Amino acid sequence: MIGKAIVLHDADNVATVVNDVEAGETVDTSKGRLEATETVPFGHKVALVPIARGATVMKYGESIGLARQDISAGEWVHIHNVESQRGRGDLPEKRS
Amino acid sequence: MEKEFWGYRRVDGSFGIRNHVAILAVMDNVNGVVRHLGELVRGTLAIPVWYGRGQFGEDDTLFRRAQIGLGSNPNIAATLVVSLESVSAKLVADGVAKTGKPVKWMAVQDVGGTVAAIAEGVRLLVPMVQEATRQRPERVPLSELTLGVECGGTDTTSGIAANPALGWVADRVIDAGGVVYLSETSEWMGAEQVLARRARNKKVADEIYAAVKRIEDEARSRGVDIRGANPVPDNIRGGITTIEEKSLGAIIKGGTRMIEGVLPYATKASGKGLYLMDTAAPAAESITGLAAGGAQIIAFTTGQMNIMGCPLVPTLKITGNPRTAKRLADNVDVDVSAILDGETLEASGRFLYAEMMQTANGRFTRSETLGDEEVVISRIQPTV
Repeated sequence: MIGKAIVLHDADNVATVVNDVEAGETVDTSKGRLEATETVPFGHKVALVPIARGATVMKYGESIGLARQDISAGEWVHIHNVESQRGRGDLPEKRS
Repeated sequence: MEKEFWGYRRVDGSFGIRNHVAILAVMDNVNGVVRHLGELVRGTLAIPVWYGRGQFGEDDTLFRRAQIGLGSNPNIAATLVVSLESVSAKLVADGVAKTGKPVKWMAVQDVGGTVAAIAEGVRLLVPMVQEATRQRPERVPLSELTLGVECGGTDTTSGIAANPALGWVADRVIDAGGVVYLSETSEWMGAEQVLARRARNKKVADEIYAAVKRIEDEARSRGVDIRGANPVPDNIRGGITTIEEKSLGAIIKGGTRMIEGVLPYATKASGKGLYLMDTAAPAAESITGLAAGGAQIIAFTTGQMNIMGCPLVPTLKITGNPRTAKRLADNVDVDVSAILDGETLEASGRFLYAEMMQTANGRFTRSETLGDEEVVISRIQPTV
């Protein structure tokens, strides 16, 4: 079976799968095909390209947070490997 | 596409899509009387409330403004205001009366207790219902519609399917001269730069940034990460990773037009077009603010499903998640999940628009039919 994922913007480095994707399964996107390296549940995100630790995770052409660790193409992208930058009262105030 | 709806004309020039006689509790201690009256007199809508006593300052101002707004909503033909004592009852009733809407008030202490208040309430309500049910709706242009857009139980399908379809509809309402309210301030966080680019002027852009900053400052003052409160656990289960991601998807439901202003909670827009309203994100609080701002209809997108609706403002549930559309079918008014399979945005938008007009013309929504409805007015300061 071939999975399907939706890419919302050209600048995005993640796509949203619209079926349950198993590890090793091929996923079709508007930016080409990739192999899911782990299980990605319906509605969750898969990395389209390698994303380095600290790099911006892009969806809708905007930042949805920073990678907490190196993420390889085909990996499941969620709260375990993405860090929000907003509403973070738990972090020291940024000097901007 | 239908450009007119059936509306009940009100004295202030607005039009309702429902014709309720409302029984509005001013404070929680009269909820029992209000509920009894709602059950006793057919054609009435009981609106109980939590809190309403011992509030002061900004919190009190907001609370009473919201109650006056609710009692003045175009979907209400006439309002009976019920309180424990006469000062608060009169204050809310006078506010509603400014719109020209027929309004009466009653203080349980003055009338002589619960039994006497129930008897007096019935006496007051019977002629109000008789008068309201004489009225016939008329054809009204879409420019008289105020649409509140809301989302709840969000997942990633919301930003891909349901919100784009609703945004398409919101643009059509604005282009026809109507009003759209986009609320839930914490769900502008991470997307405020996108909203600010569409602000009418710098003042409006600054207000957008200031509203979001207030929430971020609140998180900082409490020393916590807002994750868990927003996004909530069901958002995360549905694939939403961060508040940035949730917000970027959420704002799409407001469409693409210029943002005319940022309204305080429970405030009516002074003009036409797209307005932001500064509200808390949980559905009951947010849609209460929209209702108090005069919205006659609420279009509510959902992924994992939030069943909540507003009792006086028909609340349409729209999902882009095909699994939710099946599993929680009872609660779904409109399924636009075909977008995930490649249906065009315009096709889904037209479908949703037609469904919304059905609701405007009188068809009950699922939450209206099932009674999944609550009024919850935000509290911004503690009671003494």
